[in-house]
Amino acid sequence: MVEYPKLDLVFRALGDSTRRGMLRQLARREQTVSELAEPYRMSLASASKHVKALERAGLVRRTVRGRTHFCRLNPQPLAKADEWLRGYERLWDIRLARLEELLRHPDNEDSDR
Amino acid sequence: MPATSTDRIEKQIVLEAPRSRVWRALTDVRQFNQWFGVNLEGPFKAGEKTSGRITIPNYDHIVMEAWVEKVEPEHHFSFRWHPGSVDPSVDYSKEPTTLVVFTLEDDEEGTKLTVVETGFDALPESRRAKAFAGNESGWAGQLRNIAKYLKENS
Repeated sequence: MVEYPKLDLVFRALGDSTRRGMLRQLARREQTVSELAEPYRMSLASASKHVKALERAGLVRRTVRGRTHFCRLNPQPLAKADEWLRGYERLWDIRLARLEELLRHPDNEDSDR
Repeated sequence: MPATSTDRIEKQIVLEAPRSRVWRALTDVRQFNQWFGVNLEGPFKAGEKTSGRITIPNYDHIVMEAWVEKVEPEHHFSFRWHPGSVDPSVDYSKEPTTLVVFTLEDDEEGTKLTVVETGFDALPESRRAKAFAGNESGWAGQLRNIAKYLKENS
């Protein structure tokens, strides 16, 4: 299994409830940093720190228009993280599907011996 | 599908074959090797160890070792192993093992096979997993919520 290089950063970014909340906000639509800060009653500076952690993990893309910073969600690293989480379990699905396949061919047993 | 907690994985499948046939596919090591994707030397005997290389693409650098726990004909087959031992440079032998239990039951359409693997919480690797898998406030739950949200809202 090849590890996605940013996975550590993704899990670190997701390991904080504020940042997970921000991602949920961003799943709805693009937001400015101050909009992201609003539900948490935090300063722009602290919100910006959280956004930076999300950016480092590749979860958020920031664009600057005029003096306003807009953030939007980049879901691709989430898919990578999800894949990592399910990786081991998926092996069992593969195996059981193969067992089903093997049992579908009744002559399988004899040809083997 | 049965729930998956952090300590266990449970899978269930109804196979259109009689119990005796499923039992052989599980415990005849040559048949086991075919579907499990491994080259175990076998045979499976309670209390004995068997090993062999995984044959599933991308995992074929791994040597699997299994310690057979119980063999109760047409009902129960179990072994211990090191799950997810995917890095050949890591020595997993000192780590705790997980227990894999196959149970067979009659079903209207054939045989119900249940696989339960337990003991993940004791593993160093999955101490991390415990924090984010399975639990809704954890990462896995969050990821799924977000993925679901994206699907419904885009």
